[in-house]
Amino acid sequence: MEISDNMDLDQEISKTVGSPLLESKVRIACRDVNVFYNKNVQAIFNVNLDIGKNQILAMIGPSGCGKSTLLRCFNRMNDTIEDCVVDGLIELDGENIHSKKIDPVVLRANVGMVFQKPNPFPKSIYDNVAYGPRLHGLTQNNSELDDIVEESLTKAGLWKETKDRLNKPGTGLSGGQQQRLCIARAIAVKPEVILMDEPTSALDPIATATIEELMSELKSAYTIVIVTHSMQQAARISDRTAYFHLGRLVEVDETGHIFTNPNHSLTENYITGRFG
Amino acid sequence: MNNLEIVKAGLNKRYAKERRFKFYGIFSISLSLLFLFFLLFDIGAKSIPAFTQTYINLDIEFDKKSMKLQDQDSYSEETLFSASYSKLGRNALYKLFPEVTERKQKKALRQMLSSGARYDLRDAVLENNDYVGTTQNLWVLAGDDIDAFVKGLIDRNIPEADRRVKDYQVKWVDILEAQNKIERRFNINFFTSGDSREPEQAGILGALKGSFYTMLVTLLLSFPIAVSAAIYLEEFAPKNNWWIDIIEININNLAAVPSIVFGILGLAVYINVFGVPRSAPLVGGLVLTLMTLPTIIISTRAALKSVPPSIREAALSIGASKMQVITHHVLPLAMPGILTGSIIGMAQALGETAPLLMIGMVAFVADIPQSILDPATVLPVQVFIWSDSPERGFIALTSAAIVTLLVFLFFMNLIAIVLRKKFETRW
Repeated sequence: MEISDNMDLDQEISKTVGSPLLESKVRIACRDVNVFYNKNVQAIFNVNLDIGKNQILAMIGPSGCGKSTLLRCFNRMNDTIEDCVVDGLIELDGENIHSKKIDPVVLRANVGMVFQKPNPFPKSIYDNVAYGPRLHGLTQNNSELDDIVEESLTKAGLWKETKDRLNKPGTGLSGGQQQRLCIARAIAVKPEVILMDEPTSALDPIATATIEELMSELKSAYTIVIVTHSMQQAARISDRTAYFHLGRLVEVDETGHIFTNPNHSLTENYITGRFG
Repeated sequence: MNNLEIVKAGLNKRYAKERRFKFYGIFSISLSLLFLFFLLFDIGAKSIPAFTQTYINLDIEFDKKSMKLQDQDSYSEETLFSASYSKLGRNALYKLFPEVTERKQKKALRQMLSSGARYDLRDAVLENNDYVGTTQNLWVLAGDDIDAFVKGLIDRNIPEADRRVKDYQVKWVDILEAQNKIERRFNINFFTSGDSREPEQAGILGALKGSFYTMLVTLLLSFPIAVSAAIYLEEFAPKNNWWIDIIEININNLAAVPSIVFGILGLAVYINVFGVPRSAPLVGGLVLTLMTLPTIIISTRAALKSVPPSIREAALSIGASKMQVITHHVLPLAMPGILTGSIIGMAQALGETAPLLMIGMVAFVADIPQSILDPATVLPVQVFIWSDSPERGFIALTSAAIVTLLVFLFFMNLIAIVLRKKFETRW
């Protein structure tokens, strides 16, 4: 697929972008978000996007299209990258996450993240899940902490498998279990939003199915933003799907609409497998 | 020829290369092991005589006259301490060999005993005040020539003129041996005394304690400073900043500076400007800290760098602050590497002599240091001093000091290995 000029792309997008903004129940709102690396490399161009409460938004697009970069804006993980500048307004529940009043530590306690590769701490399963609550002092005593650990592991669908081995290392679990442990760790601090950066790309289909099921269950309590390379996964689990290309939000709409009747030819080519 | 045949044809050559490389490896390992064994065996064998000491059994008469004591029933501690003990040993020997009357022979007889024997006798009296006025059967330290002869280091078959031990001394030793009055005993002196000009009285404890205090100062200063510096440079310092780059280059250069330069710096700054006591473990430790810092900084940075970024991201994404990420996750995971670097730096510092030359730690220090401010020497310097001494007994002492140095190093390494294992078993 050739793109003659990015100016053209920007113009096309303005017509095809679909329905990026929501009327109500907005959890995260992005307005004119631009992200730069090294001052001159722009990774995200003018993204306007709303993410609704108790919804799953899937972000799809070819590698290098900026979807992970945008995801990492939501919990300010990009702050840790040298020379990364985020421009524009990102609001969580109506509050600018870049305002001086918001500390990244507080923000990240509210916006959990699950990474592409399972990254449990080299500690016991219990300590992995208890890390967040301990860190933020969420519990008064050990029995409360025990409850949180059990609750989080249960929600992550890992309690039955691990209740007898809570003191065993988290790194000794299988890949799928490790990823669920990471999800349990993220929800142990009771965030409002969970960001998932290709959470199943390193897992086999059975483990993937378990995690997808888990996401559908978690939707009732959390807002989930997932970056994925699997069309089927986006179609199966998400409420809305956003297609990114070269740092631009090309199209976003109800998942059913995107997969059956895309507005832009780039989206169509990507989801039908002709490109990407 | 198809591809498979080409592959097969080259196969032998490939395997031959592999075999050759394996052979080189095994050869070099064997060679280095051989050198190591040779070194350890040589030093070990040479050090053995130093661990025993010859003693002569004598009936010592503690008569008040030769002790220059007034006739009293009991004496105060000070009086006993300042009494004369030099004649007691020789009187006992004269009594044992009454036939010796000639002046020269009498002198030779006196030299059978160590000049330090009087202090042993003094200590015996101070412990048992009632010895005064009685005759006691005691083992008295022999002189270094007699000691060397009894140990077989001096051959009785070489002509008398070339021998440190004269014919009549040989005869006396034979007589004493026949009466079971001469004996080699474990050299406890070596572990309990400081340095001495007489090899039979010289001990390692002074240098050992000096080394211990110096290492303590070095470790307590260099480890926290180096680790904090490394953490700042690796985790907090802005990247691509010319100021930080200059610091980094300088730290790397510091690691390559000849150690004697640090000694000159120590003399100029610590002693001349700040007035830190000369020859003390404190100033030695300060100088060695400078030397150890770059080693620990560089290895700590490497260890921090090797901690996977996924762990940092995981902790950050839960809401840990940067400092919490470091103290909860990065440091524990980097600790084995940090300890390895520290032990390399400490081992270097332990074996260092050159920088200590400049700050007066290469001195004859007979007293055992009691704190980091007392004059002291260190083990490698002790090795150097003893290897430079002419008396025969110092040959064995030199090797024994090297063995002590190696054992010290071994225990230092052991502690580091145990600590490292402790951190590694955290999965």
